[in-house]
Amino acid sequence: MPLTTGFAAKIAKTLAALAVSAALLPMAAQTMAADRIQLSFWTAMGGMRGEVLQHLVNEFNASQQRYTVVPVFKGTYKETMLATIAAYRAHATPDIAQILDVGTATMMGSKGTYIPVYRLMQREHIPFSTQQFIPAAASYYADTQNRLVSLPFNSSTPVLFYNKTLLNRIGAKPPKTWAQMGTIGAKLVAAGVPCGFTTDHPNWIQMEQFSVWNGVHYATDDNGYQSAKNVKLRIDDPVFVKHLAQLGTWSKSGVFEYVGASPGPSTALFVSGHCAMYTASSASYPTIQAGAKFPFGVAPLPYASTQPDAPQNTVVGGASLWVMNGLPADHYPGIAAFLHFLMSDKAQAYWAKRTNYVPSTRGGFARLKQEGFYADNPGTIVAVEELKNKPPKPWTMGIRLGYMPQIRQIIRNEMSAVFAGQQTAGQALATAKRQGDQLLAQFYLSQREGH
Amino acid sequence: MKAAPTATLTSFPNRWLPYLLLAPQLAITCVFFVWPAFKALSGAFYQSNPFGLGSYFVGLGNFTALFADPAYLHAIGITLVYSLSTTVLSMGMGLFLAVLTEDLVAGHTFFRTLFIWPYAVAPAIAGALWLFAFAPQIGPATDLLAALGIQWNYALNGTQALLLIISLTAWQQIAYNFLFFTAGLQGIPDALLEAASLDGASYMRRFFGIVFPLLAPTTFFLLIMNITYVFFDTFGVISIVTQGGPSNATQTLVYKVYQDGFQNLNLGSAAAQSIILMLLVGLLTLFQFRYLDRQIHYQ
Repeated sequence: MPLTTGFAAKIAKTLAALAVSAALLPMAAQTMAADRIQLSFWTAMGGMRGEVLQHLVNEFNASQQRYTVVPVFKGTYKETMLATIAAYRAHATPDIAQILDVGTATMMGSKGTYIPVYRLMQREHIPFSTQQFIPAAASYYADTQNRLVSLPFNSSTPVLFYNKTLLNRIGAKPPKTWAQMGTIGAKLVAAGVPCGFTTDHPNWIQMEQFSVWNGVHYATDDNGYQSAKNVKLRIDDPVFVKHLAQLGTWSKSGVFEYVGASPGPSTALFVSGHCAMYTASSASYPTIQAGAKFPFGVAPLPYASTQPDAPQNTVVGGASLWVMNGLPADHYPGIAAFLHFLMSDKAQAYWAKRTNYVPSTRGGFARLKQEGFYADNPGTIVAVEELKNKPPKPWTMGIRLGYMPQIRQIIRNEMSAVFAGQQTAGQALATAKRQGDQLLAQFYLSQREGH
Repeated sequence: MKAAPTATLTSFPNRWLPYLLLAPQLAITCVFFVWPAFKALSGAFYQSNPFGLGSYFVGLGNFTALFADPAYLHAIGITLVYSLSTTVLSMGMGLFLAVLTEDLVAGHTFFRTLFIWPYAVAPAIAGALWLFAFAPQIGPATDLLAALGIQWNYALNGTQALLLIISLTAWQQIAYNFLFFTAGLQGIPDALLEAASLDGASYMRRFFGIVFPLLAPTTFFLLIMNITYVFFDTFGVISIVTQGGPSNATQTLVYKVYQDGFQNLNLGSAAAQSIILMLLVGLLTLFQFRYLDRQIHYQ
């Protein structure tokens, strides 16, 4: 009953948000009264995540007298980004904005609207280095010199969830490679399991993360990190074509089943025992734990054994925190102190434990380990291990392309046409590349100034 | 267009007075239509940074990109299917109900009130009502369909999503069509129908021989109004019920403008799409003005 939980969760979330905002009113009034500088922090964290964040903010506010951070829930990721842009154009920016992963290229290209986090920390004399972070948790938001432009915040990465009962039935271990996935999937189907595996966000997991995990270029210029000029997708590379074609074949034979890009329906296929395995975001852990009536395990995402560098590293998805430019000068020390607080081992551990996001700092990870979190929640460490697997190469740091939400949509539509058997993988990816390249060219022009 | 011969020309004592009286309306038109339209028109030829940091002239680039984009062509198709089927459905039902209530011996007011009701429901509320009624797994209408052996999940099935949107819009529009058809029916002289009856014309013969042709001006007016409505005023319903999905199955031209402009931040493309829509509205309006009063006229 995936959508039941989906809809119920939606209603519950709204109610919770209302309750939280009602509860915060007197507190906000209290802090307003004190002679403190208000720092507005626009977020997309509603419901439970919003509460966990509020707890951290309260802790920071109580720890000093000068500043009060005021988190404001702005809706979805896209709504938050839009609100930030609108606010910038109206000269009323928030101090800190939480911007989704695929908004990174647009933000970075809009120089002057933000202050790079590394520069802010330098200015405020707070010791800060990319080395403090888990390599691939930070690389998504780093510039070409590996300096952090925004602060990695809520992060997850795809892993393979598997049904232990079903895999035990055929005496198999979770597959390490995609080739093994094929054999095990076929065995499962032969043993009467209706579906080998399913996936959520196919464009993210089976294309973007597939590329970095196997050390393959997703686009030219190190996936757009070097420059936005003349960037072209490389998704028509045989590696991608072969993988997508295989997924297409598997969706005919039952090894793979696709039920849409959003995680609701695919999670249901896995927790109901219909599919034996599930490639999904590591942040799905609590949902799966709550829904699955069988012992389940977590394994690393399978890799393509044909690639010499595989497995390389996965990267994070989620959002990061951006510090806006043009604020009153006395705000910046407070912002820096708050971000520094969020990076502390204690805050990182608290955040990761309660939200099931991966910690972004090495210190946070060490603390969680020491507290026994990973021993108590077997499998949750897999996501961090993937991110730490190897230091990222220039082309596995992340994917930094403009109009990324649109490009994803295009790729997703082409992929589902392949899964439905309406198109060959080669055609699909060639079409997606052509349209994507056009958008990339448009994006580059939007970043240029002058007429 | 000819001015009505009965209209009289009023002369103002001061030549500035008429402009002064027009000024508030002109100001509103300028602020809410001319200025944004001009912005869209110029934006369509640029690629702009969403933060407003700069823009780059691309000529017709945004337009050529659109017509090379299968998703845009798909949206055109969806919009056509959506508007035509909604129009046929709601006009057909509206006429059917209007004729039925017209022939009632008693209870006119009761049924008329009942049939006009859905129109009083704001589209957003109607959308939310249907969203809950047809929610996959938990909606009461979903249970009903399941009992009929229909696997209902519009969140996954594109055809079902489009059907849902069409029925919802048609349901709302029936009231509007019903209202106009009722008025139209009341304008048909009883004498004509009575004469036909005396000549021995059957009910169907009277309907298709007299009533339907005499309703032609109303029908034509409603046709244009319904098409225009579905093309341009159904954003709310789609935004609430399907958000254009699944896999763009309910992505209309208007919804795509919103998605590309405000979700994907491709402002230039969204502006170009707005221009195309603006041309389309212009065409429909022209069509309406040109033919509505002239072509179909019975006296």
